[in-house]
Amino acid sequence: MELRNAQRERYNFQLRLLIAAVVVLGGLLALFSRFFFLQVVEHEKYHTLAESNRISLVPIPPSRGIITDRNGIVLAHNYSAYTLEITPSRVENLENTINDLSHFVEITPKDRRRFKKLMDESKDFESLPIKVRLTDQEVARFAAQSFRFPGVEIKAGLFRQYPLGESASHLIGYIGRINDNDLDMLEEDGRLPNYKGTDHMGKFGLEQSYEAVLHGKTGYQEVETDSGGRAVRSLRRTPPVSGNNLVLTIDIKLQQLAEEAFGENTGAVVAIEPETGGVLALVSRPGFDPNLFVDGIDPVSWRELNESPDHPLNNRAIQGTYAPGSTFKPFMALGALELGKRTAAQGIHDPGFFNFGNHTFNDDKKGGHGWVNMYTSIVQSCDTYYYMLANDMGIDNIARFMAPLGLGQKSGIDLPGEKAGILPSPEWKRRVFRKPEMKKWYAGETISIGIGQGYNSYTPLQMAEATSILASNGVAFKPHLVRYLENSVSMARSIIEPSPTRQLALKQANIDVIKNAMVGVNKEGTGARAFRGAEYISAGKTGTAQKFSLRGEKYNANHLAKRLQDDAWFIAFAPADKPKIALAVIVENGGFGAAAAAPIARKMIDYYLLGKLPKSDVKAADPAAADPKSAELLQVD
Amino acid sequence: MIKRLLHRIAEPVDGWLLLFLLMLFSVSMVTLYSASNQSMDKVVSRGISMVVALSTMWIVANFKPIQLMRLAPPLYLFGFLLLICVALFGDVTNGARRWLNVGFTRIQPSELMKTAVPMMLAWYFQRHEADLKLRHYAMAGLLIALPVGLVLKQPDLGTSILISAAGFYVLFLAGLSWRLIAPMIMVGVAAIWFVSDLGRCTHVFREFQCQRVQVQIDPTSDPLGKGYHIIQGTIAIGSGGALGKGWLKGTQTHLDYIPERTTDFIFAVYSEEFGLAGNVLLLILYLLVILRGIIIASQASTMFGRLLGGALIMSFFTYAFVNMGMVSGLLPVVGVPLPLVSYGGTAMLSILIGFGMLMSVHRDRKLMKS
Repeated sequence: MELRNAQRERYNFQLRLLIAAVVVLGGLLALFSRFFFLQVVEHEKYHTLAESNRISLVPIPPSRGIITDRNGIVLAHNYSAYTLEITPSRVENLENTINDLSHFVEITPKDRRRFKKLMDESKDFESLPIKVRLTDQEVARFAAQSFRFPGVEIKAGLFRQYPLGESASHLIGYIGRINDNDLDMLEEDGRLPNYKGTDHMGKFGLEQSYEAVLHGKTGYQEVETDSGGRAVRSLRRTPPVSGNNLVLTIDIKLQQLAEEAFGENTGAVVAIEPETGGVLALVSRPGFDPNLFVDGIDPVSWRELNESPDHPLNNRAIQGTYAPGSTFKPFMALGALELGKRTAAQGIHDPGFFNFGNHTFNDDKKGGHGWVNMYTSIVQSCDTYYYMLANDMGIDNIARFMAPLGLGQKSGIDLPGEKAGILPSPEWKRRVFRKPEMKKWYAGETISIGIGQGYNSYTPLQMAEATSILASNGVAFKPHLVRYLENSVSMARSIIEPSPTRQLALKQANIDVIKNAMVGVNKEGTGARAFRGAEYISAGKTGTAQKFSLRGEKYNANHLAKRLQDDAWFIAFAPADKPKIALAVIVENGGFGAAAAAPIARKMIDYYLLGKLPKSDVKAADPAAADPKSAELLQVD
Repeated sequence: MIKRLLHRIAEPVDGWLLLFLLMLFSVSMVTLYSASNQSMDKVVSRGISMVVALSTMWIVANFKPIQLMRLAPPLYLFGFLLLICVALFGDVTNGARRWLNVGFTRIQPSELMKTAVPMMLAWYFQRHEADLKLRHYAMAGLLIALPVGLVLKQPDLGTSILISAAGFYVLFLAGLSWRLIAPMIMVGVAAIWFVSDLGRCTHVFREFQCQRVQVQIDPTSDPLGKGYHIIQGTIAIGSGGALGKGWLKGTQTHLDYIPERTTDFIFAVYSEEFGLAGNVLLLILYLLVILRGIIIASQASTMFGRLLGGALIMSFFTYAFVNMGMVSGLLPVVGVPLPLVSYGGTAMLSILIGFGMLMSVHRDRKLMKS
């Protein structure tokens, strides 16, 4: 019975399977007849449809958000202009067409080179600009002749401009034409559809890091086109949504003042508002003109920028890493107090050198500073004090104390390409070096760490951040450049709320010791000359960082090539009791920090706190102008 | 040694099925290269996911059908629980709640149910093989309706239709009475009539689902909105003609008229460039795969093997039919990829897992004979 049942079931199944197979055949036949109908019977109709009248979606790119400083001064905006574009696939002889066009529109060899480069990078059916920013006359002249040029058309578009040119170029950044790599990246993120009709995107600085905010949402227009691809009529329109504006924390006047103060020197400044972590100025010298990049930079300018030994495209404020020199000392002293390795009153006798093993570490001052306590060690910038201190603290303690101050750590600032620098430690050496003898940390290496030399290497941003944390009594904010996002239509602002990222567990009494000593620096120490007659109380510290091992020779700026001369540092905050601004200045190869870097800080603080603008003829930023003798008299570190 | 290794690798694999598969993969690569505007990256990444899917197929083929059968209820239960999780905490994309975020990646549990439902039903019928009564069919119907209901709720009309179809194939092959099949078909027709009017339809379904069906009935009525995809797809196919415009030369494709041209609408690209001749080749390839599957199902030794094999291969047919029907304007746009050809790893993986099961069923037949 069961067996028969099974057999019957099996027979039934085969029958059903046969029916299924018939259904499959029927389905596939139905598809075949549909294809036959479309591809043979109605082929002509669809062929014509494909070739001639089409309905196409024309993207309408949104207008990019503008960038202003904290006071509403425009740093990046758009203007509308006409471009002449060619679609290579619709042009029979490209060379002739361009030659003919040049009768009506001025086409330079540079334009031709740029067009050729664009063609290599794009597909044939894309429309590419042969000439940007047509004059009204050129537009009129071409319009009258346009019937002779199928595949060539005038397009209106918005173009980016940076009205201040070189100023703040590193932080604003620039936009550039979207290339294949960008396309891949956009596709991966699923953002590609939103970039239809958009030729440019942020490539550097804030333009890059806030690309998603600035770009906006692309709109579409559904149009009927004729066989030439020209729009016959518009059928429906979905308007684009403009990108948001960025309102920065930057005070562009402060920024420009600092930039001018550098003169011909190279270097960087970062100024931070300690109460919020907002960056007030972020200078990197030399600068470059971001406007060069917008239409695709021509090969000559590119080579100039790229091959210049001054590396103008490098954002020194976040990418340059430098030994901090004596600006490291206040943080060492704070660490010593916190760890109980020193008290403020505890003194040492400085004979002018420190012996470790069979090596002698010299103080800058021949014969030494005599009796030195913590206050005088900072005010006079005594090296021996810190040689001994570093030895007593040990490298692990130093590294553990400095890391929370942000030294050797990426700050997370809203700019791309930030460097981490080096906070030296035995662990770091093990990680970085390959040779076994290099992997080991030698106790002698700790000594020069104490005076901010050795492997120490930090960005100006990190030094400014550490100074800001000290100024705010241990409250750390993430440094940031954008204060508000502003809806470009409703002007509604969404504040990027500054929230403390961490509160360092530092004793207020210890902080006060250091602050007091830094006030002493500007009152009676190495910073006194630069801050003479200031109408506020400021705190600072000079630094002069060696780039070149002197091997016992006496430092003589005249005998050294400029590029090997010492870097000049100055860190400061003011007013000392309730800091509104904290900053770090580095003048590369500037020599003494007191002479080259401190005057820049003075000018910036004068302006920021008092609204004072410097006399334009002041040339103190140039170390050559400063009297080297008086600098030596100040016992500069 | 190497010979034995090769033998071990080849042993669970059905040569015919693999051959047809590889031919479909070649079609996929060639078309994808054109559809992606000659992106070698896409082709390579497609190649990698093919290798992964083929390896998975091989692993599944190594299971015995009895092991697959034991796996059926837990898999079904697991998938069902995931669907409930989606309904409760799923991610919303484009107004639909289909994805479940599991930390490192997002998964779409409805995809799993396309395989788990026929497995579960085949297991159920195998258990009650000796005395199949009407109530067993009713119970099976419930096993289909529960997950389908959850998927409909997401809402995902396309996938819920495909899961129902897979379940229906098991019922049909298990010998469901014609007296019941006839009303089911009538219900289907009535459903289409029901959704064809926006007023009637939006009572139950989301507006975009209703519109999809309606536009189908007359695409030209809304040429710039929902009908746009269908019209452009149809133009692409029609303009391809008998022999096609040639590889990489499809104007519809390369002028960006075809939406989703590497995924759901890849057939339009293929059809424009290779014409009717190419379409016939593709139809023959699909037919060969399906016939091979039907033969395997008919030779299976157990009821579980027969029902699962038959339902899986019929599901495969359904995907192919629905996709090509959709792109050529015969059927509504339901968002089903062209099996084994469209870009997209998950869909391919689940199809190849199904083929692994077919191969497992096929191997079992040999064992029974000896």
